Amino acid sequence: MDHQVRAGESDDIIRTVDLVKQYPGMDGRALDGLNLAVRRGEIFGLLGPNGAGKTTFAGVLTTRVVPTSGSAFIAGIDVARHPALVKQISGIVSQQNTLDRQLNVRENLYFHGRLFGIAAKESRRRADELLERFSLAKWAEQSVYALSGGMAQRLMVARAIFHNPAVLFLDEPTAGLDPQSRLALWDLLGQLNQAGQTVMLTTHYMEEADQLCDRVAILDRGQVLALDTPENLKKLVGADTLVNVKVADQAERFATVVDAGLEGVVATRVNGNSLTIETRGADRLVPRIVALAEASKIDVLDLSVAQPSLETVFINLTGKELRES
Amino acid sequence: MSLTSGIESAPTRSVTAASRTALGALILRDLVVLRKSMGEFVLRTLIQPFLLCFVFLFVFPKIGQAIGGSRGRGAGDFATVLVPGVVGISVMFQGVQSIALTMAQEFGYTREIEDRVQAPCPIWLVAMAKVLSGATQGLIAAVIVFPIAAVIHAGGVRANLSLHWLIILTLLPIACVAMAGLGLTLGTSFEPRNIGLMFGFVILPITFLGGTYYPWTQLAPVKIGGFHWLQTLVLINPLVYVNEGMRAAFTDSPHMHLYVIYPVMMGFGGFFITLGLRNFRRRVLS
Repeated sequence: MDHQVRAGESDDIIRTVDLVKQYPGMDGRALDGLNLAVRRGEIFGLLGPNGAGKTTFAGVLTTRVVPTSGSAFIAGIDVARHPALVKQISGIVSQQNTLDRQLNVRENLYFHGRLFGIAAKESRRRADELLERFSLAKWAEQSVYALSGGMAQRLMVARAIFHNPAVLFLDEPTAGLDPQSRLALWDLLGQLNQAGQTVMLTTHYMEEADQLCDRVAILDRGQVLALDTPENLKKLVGADTLVNVKVADQAERFATVVDAGLEGVVATRVNGNSLTIETRGADRLVPRIVALAEASKIDVLDLSVAQPSLETVFINLTGKELRES
Repeated sequence: MSLTSGIESAPTRSVTAASRTALGALILRDLVVLRKSMGEFVLRTLIQPFLLCFVFLFVFPKIGQAIGGSRGRGAGDFATVLVPGVVGISVMFQGVQSIALTMAQEFGYTREIEDRVQAPCPIWLVAMAKVLSGATQGLIAAVIVFPIAAVIHAGGVRANLSLHWLIILTLLPIACVAMAGLGLTLGTSFEPRNIGLMFGFVILPITFLGGTYYPWTQLAPVKIGGFHWLQTLVLINPLVYVNEGMRAAFTDSPHMHLYVIYPVMMGFGGFFITLGLRNFRRRVLS
């Protein structure tokens, strides 16, 4: 069979070829010829706004979405052709809490083990080991209703890695988590990855992609716009410093003034009464910008300096904001 | 202690082997949950039969309410009609409760189905596991419901029962699987928010027109001209065959022919399970 030949052929654990998904009755394709590869052992992030196709893409890989054309392979196995086989080596943490409400915390892990063919005794042992490791041992006998959002998320991660999957998928793992739980989850995923776990996650938090991921694919309208390490992606911007200026009015005019009068400007972007100035190798930016504003009688309300982020990359690539705010 | 001892880089088991253990685990999980909530299960299984028997076999005879119809039959004859009907309706309600309601919930707010379908087996097997454990619950329900009629009745009211074991042992499991199939079809057809509609427009008519309170064989007098419309119309109701089958299994009263009951019930079972599995697949995949 072809999947056995392909397995182990390369270091790519996930590979997609011209993946297309067209939902019936919807305009446009959710996935529009997606080609990408995830390497063994990396944390791979799919970054994009809502509707970019992240969840559909994760859905194809987790066998829940049937691609219209093209194919996806996990460990060389065609996902659409052999879904049951692929599920043996996938671990999934979905956006919502999908814990078994009828079972207590330990049983949620124990029965997951049984479901994946792990014998009763071994499943019990591993459940206890994971509860200990994920700081949930105290709650072992509790109903899952007793868990906070962060703990439920941890239990779902524990359940997903219970059967040693080749890939751990997380769909918007920190959506709806408080900041502390979010950091704890990042830490946990980092540790898992240290131990060799390949992780693929979708997110629309650029900090998450930036801090956690080895490589990030920026998705929009079902296509990969860029794929690289966060550092390299940020280099794409071509700027090393961003200055955001909020003015009372005439933002457009001020943009032309800055373009002409400020050294080291790479690009300027106007958004309402705000102006983003991307610069490279420039110094003493703040006084110089303020001076320019004074000279052209423009009232500066607010001014901030930042490093380029993945959000900048995204805006440069698509011309739109990552998050509607 | 390592977090990820031995990450699998390729599947280690065949789909068949993985499916077999997954099916076992899915059913085991349902049975463990059943055992945990046994008290609740018994109560919810017994409440309806208890009320039916209490009102019809105790209160009615006590207050002299006519229930034998114009043919001058006594309360004892009615008990003979009602007891198998009560078993039949309990089997059906198990199918609805253990599958349709659970599934509506799991598809709905708990989203548990999302996890269940990640089991390393074909998706239809996840639904089939539900049918099997639902059918098991139907069997348990039949066993605990049957004796109740022996207890709840007024003095002098006695159901005329005789157990035909061959029929009981063959027909009851078929009925349980068919009703579990009905539960699967209903649970996958109705959106969680429309469960009220399901009760009002499906469950209630099935129950009242399912021959629980009367034998199907005696519906002939309801006719327009020479057309026994009610007797004909209720033939689309699967519960009729279950109840008539229970009548054949538990009494010596007249009932629909067994050579009709067996194949039709199997047909309904096959139909509901096929439809339910198709719906399930559609709900899970996009």
